[in-house]
Amino acid sequence: MKSGDKVVICILVLVVAVTAAAPLITSHDPLAIDLDAVRQPPSIHHPFGTDTKGRDILARVLYGGRISISVSVIAAILSMSIGLFVGLVAGWFGGKIDTFFTALIDLVLAFPSLLLAIGISMVMPPGIYTVMIAIAAVGWASFARIIRGYVLTVKDMAYVEAARAVGCSTSRIILRHLLPQCMPVAMVMMGLKLGGFIITEASLSFLGLGQQPPAPSWGSMISAGRAHLFSEPWMVMFPGLAIVVTALCFNLAGDIVRDRYGLRVN
Amino acid sequence: MYRYFLRRLLYLVPIVVGITFLTFLLTYILPGDPALSLVGERAGPEVIEKIRRDMGVDRPFLVQYLGYLKMMSQGRMGMSYFTRRDVFSDILQKFPNTLKLALAAMTIALPVGIILGFISAERRGRIMDRVVSSVSVVGLSIPVFWSGLIIMFVFALELRLVPPSGTGGIRFMVLPAITLALPAMATIARITRASAIEVYEMPFITAARSKGLRERTLRMVHVFRNVVIPVVTVAGLDFGSYLNGSVLTETIFGWDGIGRYTMEGIIRRDYPVVMGGIVAGTVVFVLINLLVDIAYHFLDPRVRLHEVRR
Repeated sequence: MKSGDKVVICILVLVVAVTAAAPLITSHDPLAIDLDAVRQPPSIHHPFGTDTKGRDILARVLYGGRISISVSVIAAILSMSIGLFVGLVAGWFGGKIDTFFTALIDLVLAFPSLLLAIGISMVMPPGIYTVMIAIAAVGWASFARIIRGYVLTVKDMAYVEAARAVGCSTSRIILRHLLPQCMPVAMVMMGLKLGGFIITEASLSFLGLGQQPPAPSWGSMISAGRAHLFSEPWMVMFPGLAIVVTALCFNLAGDIVRDRYGLRVN
Repeated sequence: MYRYFLRRLLYLVPIVVGITFLTFLLTYILPGDPALSLVGERAGPEVIEKIRRDMGVDRPFLVQYLGYLKMMSQGRMGMSYFTRRDVFSDILQKFPNTLKLALAAMTIALPVGIILGFISAERRGRIMDRVVSSVSVVGLSIPVFWSGLIIMFVFALELRLVPPSGTGGIRFMVLPAITLALPAMATIARITRASAIEVYEMPFITAARSKGLRERTLRMVHVFRNVVIPVVTVAGLDFGSYLNGSVLTETIFGWDGIGRYTMEGIIRRDYPVVMGGIVAGTVVFVLINLLVDIAYHFLDPRVRLHEVRR
């Protein structure tokens, strides 16, 4: 592993660790309103400043990160699972099933994805589960397309034929022979997508469709700070930096994983 | 070749039908009641019932959907629940704004991205390559709603060079166009780099070099044309996804285009507006894909369109 790659992995681990260990890093409560300390610029006591209700922004960024990161990771796992299922089924069975799923994949990919996610978030009550489902409902399609293509190339390989010859059932071939073969591709794909999911999650909560106040999330903090951009820019600056650093680490880590396994999936 | 284009154009019909069905289904199962959000909680039940009938939202789902398709086949998109304005003419009026913004963003992103990609490919592994590559990954990791606000803060509020928001001439367009261009630029630079590295290693480049061509001629004549092909695809697809970015960018900068129009429609549960915005976006997206394919045909004679199978 190159030294630069090590740095990226270390920062990524650090980001996750810091948000996970939020109570150890800051003693402030992310929800505690302190009307004596509203809109304070960054100081020793409040390293990232305070918002309009006097809440500590560092604490809110850390606690918000727990939600933003876990929502994105769960959405990615969901997308990968749906994509694996659809890709395996479409690629293996072919014929009408394949035509149907390919059309569905094309349809979802043709849809302006953020609009679709917004639409779904409006159908269900706003909240983190809604955001996960909205991201996965759009995100599965690119997984499915790659997996389907991959299944098409491996399904005629000798080991699959051998499995069939010794009398394996269809489900056994798919689950025990094809699925393990597809996992590396799916994992690399997930690594490449995670950074984008972080940004989609932030966009949805920026639009008020994600985590509901008063609980913090990076997107909603930026949207709340928007009106005070000129007078208190730190309210927008720090949650934004948190998004950029996290998405950047995930994107770089995704590239590292892809190069390491020599897979060209994008 | 023309038959191929015609067939691709015909593809639009099932895609639009599919998209409208999806969107219609979404709006149908939305919990909010458009009649209620129009007149408010205090109206009597019989008033709300009448408005629901006027809007046609009391009919069964399939009847509503078929009605919508019929209306679309006549070239209409219905009327906004709130402004009582015709959605189709609204979209026609706002579409040029979105297109202008997207074109402006592309005018920035394409040349800058290609130049950055070339710089980085020709100095592979050296400092400039590292810098450009890092900058482009950063560009992909910045959400537009944040970069937009930061750009607005620096250039409109601190330096006061241009107005922070509104619709209008080039002075209003600069900031949202740059915001929209940043992620596209990053993608284009990455693709250009990868593609140029690949092309530089091909035998015909070695042949061209060994016959004594100057690096400049080599780059402009032999490399560039081959590199541009994948870049066109990505740029085209990105152009379509500007509709995504434009929802956020237009909302932040108060730009009067389709993205903001659709977003407002979603918030006010103004279904005809939502449907219109999404249909318009999808049609543009599919048309641009077709244009990209046509551009392929001219850029790369090796691609024979009638042989291309989807």
